[in-house]
Amino acid sequence: MQNHAYRSRQLGLPLAAVFAAIVLTVGTLFGSSGAANAQQTTASSNRIWQDLKGDVFGDRAILLDSGVVRIEAPKRAQDAAIVPVDIYIDPAKAPAGIKSVTLIIDVNPAPVAATFEIGKDAGVTHLSTRVRVNDYSYLRAIAETQGGELHMAQTFVKASGGCSAPAVKNQDEAMATMGQMKLRQFPPQETMTKAQELQLMIRHPNNSGLQRNPLTQYFIPAHFVQKLSVSQADRLILSMEGGISISEDPNFRFDFTAHGTGQIQVEAIDTDGKVFRNQWPLEVTGL
Amino acid sequence: MIDRTRRKLVNGFACTAVSAAMLPCCLGRSALAAAYGLEFKLRKVADGVFAFQGVDELMSAANQGAISNLGVVVGADAVAVIDSGGSLIEANALIAEIGKISAKPVRYLINTHMHPDHVFGNAAFRQIGATIVGHRNLPRALEARGTFYLQNFREQIGDALIEGIEIIPPTILVHDRLQLDLGGRVLELQAWKAAHTDNDLTVFDSATRTLFAGDLVFIGSLPTLDGSLLGWLRQIDALAAIGAVRVVPGHGPVPADWPAALMAERRYFEILARDIRKAIADGIPLRDAVKTAGASERGNWHLFDDYNERNATAAFAELEWE
Repeated sequence: MQNHAYRSRQLGLPLAAVFAAIVLTVGTLFGSSGAANAQQTTASSNRIWQDLKGDVFGDRAILLDSGVVRIEAPKRAQDAAIVPVDIYIDPAKAPAGIKSVTLIIDVNPAPVAATFEIGKDAGVTHLSTRVRVNDYSYLRAIAETQGGELHMAQTFVKASGGCSAPAVKNQDEAMATMGQMKLRQFPPQETMTKAQELQLMIRHPNNSGLQRNPLTQYFIPAHFVQKLSVSQADRLILSMEGGISISEDPNFRFDFTAHGTGQIQVEAIDTDGKVFRNQWPLEVTGL
Repeated sequence: MIDRTRRKLVNGFACTAVSAAMLPCCLGRSALAAAYGLEFKLRKVADGVFAFQGVDELMSAANQGAISNLGVVVGADAVAVIDSGGSLIEANALIAEIGKISAKPVRYLINTHMHPDHVFGNAAFRQIGATIVGHRNLPRALEARGTFYLQNFREQIGDALIEGIEIIPPTILVHDRLQLDLGGRVLELQAWKAAHTDNDLTVFDSATRTLFAGDLVFIGSLPTLDGSLLGWLRQIDALAAIGAVRVVPGHGPVPADWPAALMAERRYFEILARDIRKAIADGIPLRDAVKTAGASERGNWHLFDDYNERNATAAFAELEWE
């Protein structure tokens, strides 16, 4: 029960909506077959989104493909548990900056994969992460500008074929190494087309709580990183509220604008209330 | 015996299936399989040891899910089966073939790991009273994936073939090693650390020195990585040290020479790891690295384009932590 409360609060969704989405998903799966599959699932993914967006964004207008935000993912997921996704912000189209980006995977049991808050003047224009994708689905990035406008980009991902599942590959290892972190720093490229980048990696199983034990039919408790923040000298670069659609060993790579030479600080909190902290000196690039 | 079989058929199909209307319920198992277009032949690989060789394809309605290799070992008292196949049709065809070889009961069904092409036939073996044996991690792995497998594979293999398939976990668990006595013949089961999956189990028949390697060994058909690349590479020498003279791989020709059967997959894993490590060191992101890693192996494997990018993706996520 506690987990359910967590989840609904964290997603900003009533539980009923989450379960409605599941029922819809399952209904879609069981009802579809044959050649018209992809067409049908594009439509059914959109239907789920139509039901979902009011729960997440109320009745606010959402502008599609305005150029403020762009999203890229492979057309076909190779490994359902690790699907790379890239979100780009165009600063020229949003001169006042972006407040947050929400990543949605329509058909997943927890469709709101993550909401990223972007620090003021943090200069984040590109964010990569890895997600679980359960079935044919749109992936959507919805950016909120400082002025409160919502801009959306979307891309359709076909589920992986074969036996890859959106589950933890090596559960013993995942539990034994939980909480380890790694930060990689990439200097800006000489061509100046690419800014300084950080890649933050956290070891965590990020387990789903929506899988049932086949014998008892009880839900297996969820256990995932629900909050994460990356700062430089107490100044926010990026924070995330996330869920089980983020892959095992959550992994984020993003560009940013350094302010001074202060340390990079990371804090993550999981659904068991465990807090993981770390910090690293900024690698000065000498430019 | 006939009554018993018929009752099982009725329980196994007619009661559960929406598609039951299509099934000729009065037919025996092999006739039933034939009616579905599956030609199922067991070949003898050693004295009292038999195997079925699956096709090098993805599971589909056309191939009845029969893509992995299955094994049968006949003792003086009982029969053990290694893996149940990718559908109930396939599993029932296997049971029918076993009936032609031996009248002894199938006492054990051993699942070598969690994947659908190896466990989707489990219900047919429960139906005939076999006890299911698996790696200590197998129940947990099936818990996490079972629902997804049933949903995902309904699209892939179709409503008719998925009907009645259940995810049934083992009740005898192998923590490290376990011996199963079939009467005058002892099978040695060994649980491995994460490699192909985190629940890989091998079965060794010491009487004929035949190894059933499950998907720890792929020959000709590209190995799939759903556990740990480093774990697989670390354990490959221990695998090679098993004193077998032949192996029934999880996929590929049956039987094959041992330990030569390991050479090709070891080479592939080493190349994949080398390419991915270089990409990580160069700061190349996952989405780009997986498009080229392992590409020099393309000509050496069936299903390369189906699985290599997936393997590279899993390998990248693992090797990033080295």
